[in-house]
Amino acid sequence: MKADAIETSAALLDVLCPMCLVLDARAQIVHAGPTARKVLGATGLIGRHFFDLFEVKRPRLDPGAPGLRAAGGRRLHCVLRGPPRTEFKGVAVPLPEEQVLGPAGGVVVDLSFGIGVIDAVGRHDLCSADFAVTDLAVEMLYLAEAKAVVTDAWQKLNQRLHGAKAAAEEEAYTDTLTGLCNRRALEPVSQRLIASGEEFVLMHLDLDFFKSVNDTLGHAAGDHVLRRVAQILRTETRDGDTVIRVGGDEFVLFLEGRTSEEELARVASRLIQRLEQPVAFNAEVARISASIGSTRSSSYAEPRLAMMMDDADLALYAAKQAGRGRHVAFKPALRKAVESPPGGAVTPV
Amino acid sequence: MHGLINRAMELFLRDTYGQEAWEEIARRAELAPPEFEAMLDYPDALTVDVLGQAAELLGKPEAEVLEDIGTYLVSHPTAEALRRLLRFSGADFTDFLYSLDDLPARARLAVPQLDLPPVTLTDHGGQKFSVTVGQHGTGGFGFGHVLLGLLRAMADDYGALVLLEYKGRSGRAETVEVQLLETAFASGRSFTLGAAG
Repeated sequence: MKADAIETSAALLDVLCPMCLVLDARAQIVHAGPTARKVLGATGLIGRHFFDLFEVKRPRLDPGAPGLRAAGGRRLHCVLRGPPRTEFKGVAVPLPEEQVLGPAGGVVVDLSFGIGVIDAVGRHDLCSADFAVTDLAVEMLYLAEAKAVVTDAWQKLNQRLHGAKAAAEEEAYTDTLTGLCNRRALEPVSQRLIASGEEFVLMHLDLDFFKSVNDTLGHAAGDHVLRRVAQILRTETRDGDTVIRVGGDEFVLFLEGRTSEEELARVASRLIQRLEQPVAFNAEVARISASIGSTRSSSYAEPRLAMMMDDADLALYAAKQAGRGRHVAFKPALRKAVESPPGGAVTPV
Repeated sequence: MHGLINRAMELFLRDTYGQEAWEEIARRAELAPPEFEAMLDYPDALTVDVLGQAAELLGKPEAEVLEDIGTYLVSHPTAEALRRLLRFSGADFTDFLYSLDDLPARARLAVPQLDLPPVTLTDHGGQKFSVTVGQHGTGGFGFGHVLLGLLRAMADDYGALVLLEYKGRSGRAETVEVQLLETAFASGRSFTLGAAG
């Protein structure tokens, strides 16, 4: 803004405080700064009563020039009476009784948007020339925009880190050979099930004759069989069920619902039947079976993973003892039987 | 060097020469994964290496790559947010030149960790200026050339007609000379204070 030597106090005000209003002793607007005209609308502005245009919310004052004069120097909080009800910060400066700087008994009111400047700029289509050169409004707008850009960058970084964390967690719970969950998933899965209050079955499944596949056909054949086993376990279970490879040829299955004795027996025998189907590997055929011990969450007052694992182990042990390739559901009687085993230890196969 | 500077270089290379070229540059500079995080810090040597690899792959002098980065930062749609932030510095190009000294402080106000080299404007009268950029960090990254590209693009943005000349390095500082021929030569690109978002 180019300013020649000023001739009137109004011209001075236009440069120093472009959003000021000069009121006469009746609080009628006699002069408005360039930005005030832009914001308040130039037509019909001169001659309007200040209090018709604004409501002074704080401090409480008598509507009229004397009221404004009495509040001179204090921070005014005003609101436009009509829409868009823009809020202003302001200050009133009483003019002298002699007509030297402006109308005698009048007031100069300088206005500013305060913190509302960000909305006001868009609403009233303001540019940097609309603010006094010394006004920090443009710097404030710069900061607000810079803050938004930087916050956005942080947010994107956070999202990426969050995604990476989720992927790492999933990896940590996954068995790389079979794609099933690994034993780290035991605790969280059981906790989730127990907390849900749903009845569920814990199955401990151990492959039979797997060791001989590894020994006679080699580890590649063993790996192939394990992948095939994983595939069968996945297809024979439902979406809400969880299959965990807890060791070399040991698996734990959590089955939701389907907890009746008959249903459990049916699921187990179908699993064994499918696992016994010969698996072709190169020119060779691998044959395995599986023994299963199971226990139901409903048989415990307060189901806990360690206890259920112990009982499923006992049932599995009983299945092995009874000749492998079968399923045994846990019963408390098994505990006594194991404490005095009739047939000695089961050799691993 | 701050991630924002590295990220700017990455975006420039990707937007201008394609994803494949960028991945090759990143591979040669052993940047894995081939992506800079805008809000993380990286060793200065890595920034210098990426720039060197880019110059080699593209068969251009480093100075030219740097100058193109400066232009890109103002004129490419990807960098629109930055163009806007720069435009807050002044109502016209003269105003913008006068505010160059504040540039590092403005950057720090937005991102306290972003450390830019000091910039000094000298007004020689007759619409002649020189802008001096100090050395940053361990060296090897010529901000002077970036500034040259950036000033050229900002002049266009404001619609000003300027002659710019890179005057070389003296000690740890680089100098760009600016001859402002006309402030309002063309209409420039529009900028409204409240247009973001």
